[in-house]
Amino acid sequence: MVEDTIAAISTALGEGGIAIVRISGAEAIAIADRVYRGRRPLGEIAAGRIVYGEIAAGGEIIDEVLVSVFRKPHSYTAEDVVEINCHGGVAAVRRVLDLVLESGARLAEPGEFTKRAFLNGRLDLSQAEAVIDIIRARTELGRKTAVSQLTGRMSDRIRPARSRLIDAIAHIEAAVDYPDEDIDVLDEQELVEGIDEVRRQLGNVLATADAGRILREGVAAAIVGRPNVGKSSLLNRLLRENRALVTEIPGTTRDLIEETMNLRGIPLRIVDTAGIRHTDDLVERLGVARAKESIAEADVVLFVIDGSMELEQEDREIAQLVKTHRVLGIVNKADRDLVVRESDLNHLLPQAKWITVSASEGTNLDEMEEQLWQLIGLSGTLATGDEVVLTRERHRRAVGAAISSLDDALRVIASDLPYDLASIDLQQAADHLGEITGETVKEDVIDRIFERFCIGK
Amino acid sequence: MDRYDVIVVGGGHAGCEAALASARMGCETLLLTMHLDTIAQMSCNPAIGGPAAKSHLVREIDALGGQMGRTIDRSYLNIRELNQSRGPAVRALRAQADKKRYQREMIYTLETEPHLSLKQALVTELLVEGGTVQGVRTKSGVSYRGQTLILTTGTFLRGKIVIGDIRYDGGRQGEPAAAELSESLEQLGFALRRFQTATPPRIDARTVDFSQLIEQPGSCRRLAFSYETCEYLSDQLPCWYTHTNSRTIEVIKENLHRSPIETGSVTGKGPRFCPSIDRKVLKFPDQERHMVFLEPEGMYTKELYVLGMTTAMPEDVQIKIIRSLPGMENAELMRPGYAVEYDYIDPSLLTPSLENRKVKGLFTAGQINGSSGYEEAAAQGLIAGINAARLCRNLEPLILDRSQAYIGVMIDDLVTKGVTEPYRMMTSRAEYRLMLRIDNADMRLTDLGRELGLISDTRYTKFTEKKELVSRTVALLGETQITPSARVREILTELGSGDLAKPVTAAEILQRPEIKYVDLKRLVPSIPELSEHVTEVVEIEVKFAAYIERQQRQVEQFRGLEDLKIPNDVDYSLVPGLRTEARERLKAVRPLSVGQAARLAGVSPADVSVLAVYIRSVADGGRTE
Repeated sequence: MVEDTIAAISTALGEGGIAIVRISGAEAIAIADRVYRGRRPLGEIAAGRIVYGEIAAGGEIIDEVLVSVFRKPHSYTAEDVVEINCHGGVAAVRRVLDLVLESGARLAEPGEFTKRAFLNGRLDLSQAEAVIDIIRARTELGRKTAVSQLTGRMSDRIRPARSRLIDAIAHIEAAVDYPDEDIDVLDEQELVEGIDEVRRQLGNVLATADAGRILREGVAAAIVGRPNVGKSSLLNRLLRENRALVTEIPGTTRDLIEETMNLRGIPLRIVDTAGIRHTDDLVERLGVARAKESIAEADVVLFVIDGSMELEQEDREIAQLVKTHRVLGIVNKADRDLVVRESDLNHLLPQAKWITVSASEGTNLDEMEEQLWQLIGLSGTLATGDEVVLTRERHRRAVGAAISSLDDALRVIASDLPYDLASIDLQQAADHLGEITGETVKEDVIDRIFERFCIGK
Repeated sequence: MDRYDVIVVGGGHAGCEAALASARMGCETLLLTMHLDTIAQMSCNPAIGGPAAKSHLVREIDALGGQMGRTIDRSYLNIRELNQSRGPAVRALRAQADKKRYQREMIYTLETEPHLSLKQALVTELLVEGGTVQGVRTKSGVSYRGQTLILTTGTFLRGKIVIGDIRYDGGRQGEPAAAELSESLEQLGFALRRFQTATPPRIDARTVDFSQLIEQPGSCRRLAFSYETCEYLSDQLPCWYTHTNSRTIEVIKENLHRSPIETGSVTGKGPRFCPSIDRKVLKFPDQERHMVFLEPEGMYTKELYVLGMTTAMPEDVQIKIIRSLPGMENAELMRPGYAVEYDYIDPSLLTPSLENRKVKGLFTAGQINGSSGYEEAAAQGLIAGINAARLCRNLEPLILDRSQAYIGVMIDDLVTKGVTEPYRMMTSRAEYRLMLRIDNADMRLTDLGRELGLISDTRYTKFTEKKELVSRTVALLGETQITPSARVREILTELGSGDLAKPVTAAEILQRPEIKYVDLKRLVPSIPELSEHVTEVVEIEVKFAAYIERQQRQVEQFRGLEDLKIPNDVDYSLVPGLRTEARERLKAVRPLSVGQAARLAGVSPADVSVLAVYIRSVADGGRTE
């Protein structure tokens, strides 16, 4: 079976200590070797052995890992398989996966490992039947669970969108087969508006999916501010009040300290950029770049200023860095005399909401939490079981792919290219959406079964 | 001859291709027709090709070594390209045929083909023993023995002509029906079904005022259906067109109660894509303008075909309708339009080779399989002829899949989904229509035709040269760098195209919509001189590369399930977990692959998964035992 090499995170993403990135396919070992540094390359490791090493990108070490190498046909998929056991938490494992994907693997379709195992004859009849039983059981149970409620809600939103796309395709196809070629039966504006509308709806759906990801993986928040504005005491206060779940996980960038706290049931990962500024000169100079990096990775930014002093040039520089982000402005040191005026703040960062707190005395922290919660923008969605995220990972990917196909279609229509080409993209988009709703698209049934498995399994 | 390898019953478009294919593959072949003079008759529109993938079918037939393209290239009155603006997938060709000339050319081709005998006879009975075809018996009491039999009965099985409320037996206006053959099929256990089709009136050109009509000339480009053709007709006859008006609609509305649709004198289902004018008016009562074409039926006839005015209304109403049209105020009918009802068999009884699953060696093609159209019939005839010949040799049948050819799409649709109305080929029926283009039918199928023994040495050499030239040129364009310079800018500006910001490949420049291959030659004089046909393929391959690649990925995904074959002898009652409905459907249709099974109505994804797992395990078990 000629197949490309696939990879995925094969453990549930969560607070658990170890996560595994699984790679399968003819190139699995070669691809792993592109990102792995150990005493010997993986290509020279005997099958079934576990070795210790590092995953690195350029000069940067992403994580310390244990790697298992399996050679075909003695693996789960009956192909060459490498499993990278990561220890560095969610962010690290995602970066490891990204690296593996950049190095030549393709993100596995949901259930693709099992599908390969099946197609390569690794699963026998009874196993396969058991698999089908599991799927059936899940479908029945599913109705009662939040998982399927969510899936159902998703389908309810996807189905009308998909149906509009099918209409648009039918429209194009009818025009294509319309016998009288002198008559342009296709209303371009109507077509474009229809696709735009679907695209917008899908964008909204994707935003929901983002909320789901946040529920599961948490929110990344960066605390920024010039030295001595009270970032650390604010962070410590937050962590104390919120019974920090984990402390001192080395983050994606080793110089940054990532703390995780529980904000109303969701993990809030706070990257304290304080560490950057309080080191030697060299790092000081690197500081802006690092801060930028952590801001770029953050979902929200907490921008702290010292309310007892006039704003400084550095505050303004930081404001420039964060102005395109979701920012909560925090005026600290409310226990002293505040000299910063509201007009200064509005001038500094017009779009941000500002809240005045005292980290040292703990005043107004509840309000800050509330504002932060608002900023994250979750509308009371409750945390759910593991499968939700996994399902949603698939949904997110499918919706994202559909949106990108719709963009392709819109480009075709906007150009001089024939409309019929747009129907390829629209069909592609409809197919992606059909993967979510389970509607028959291209009758790719085995795929559909195995799509019900968790990604990476 | 004691015993033929292949007997073909019927001399229409399906029968001709079937007989020629099997004879050309070296099988002793007998073609039986009710009337040798009506072989290859265009009973309805005297035209080949046209929109909706009919011309794609003709090109595919030609690439596989069939006859239709070659014959129409020698007998057209005019030829045109359609849908040039609608994209590479739907570009099409249409030729107005000299109806009689087409027949003469085809008959002569048949008569001069070695291994092929033609006989005039009305077949009344199929001879079947032990579930296997033995031959046929004719009205005059003669039996012909054959190893395989191909039925291409068109509209003749229990044909019934309808004009208004008048009904009488006939397979085509003025010709008898074949009633006994229907009975013979029923005795073999086939449940026959009824379809209906209709044709417009023909009018006398001498009674038409052409100054009221718009002329539609043929193309001045050198166009042909066949990849073999290198002679082109320069002196082409035009067609003419106009529109219906409020008077036309009024006349039809006044007389709708006399339409056979309304009176119920037509019962069989007709082709939705080729509606009668009365049906159009019923469906779109507010639309006044429908296009009407006047098309010559031949060089040596004054008969005109009135395209768009299909009707089986009573003759007096037909005259009124025609005379409401511009330029036809004094028109005389030469032949009234009429509908014909006929028997067909459920095509889901067939395998994708077009062999009947109930009777070994029995093939069917064309309208008997529920399709409609000459090209659809010819394509099935070709496949039936090829597969009958291959069956005689104990060779695996030729089965084209949905990603290879419209022929594959059509046959898969027919045998997998069955029909509820006469099946007409449409571009939109193909999922992968950017791959199944009219310009690349030879690239897709000539190698197959060659393997079958239907492509001559000369033709094959020419093809391989073209194929090599195309791939060499496409590769060259991808490698050739063009760097920005004053000269390049000048040429591009002249062509209405923007300047280069950085060096790009020639292919990237050709991808600009405004740039043609000939323009590219000004920028890169070293690229080869290409014929019009090769230019077309190269331009499409380069300009639409991204889309072709996207579709190619879809095709690869599709192939996955197609390649999971279901063994012939699988016993569906032993497959655990199938729902009853699915089990019955699978037993009835016996799909060849899991992919085909998945396309069956009534078979759910869960059923197919159970089936897939079962098939896989049986295959594995088979290997280890």
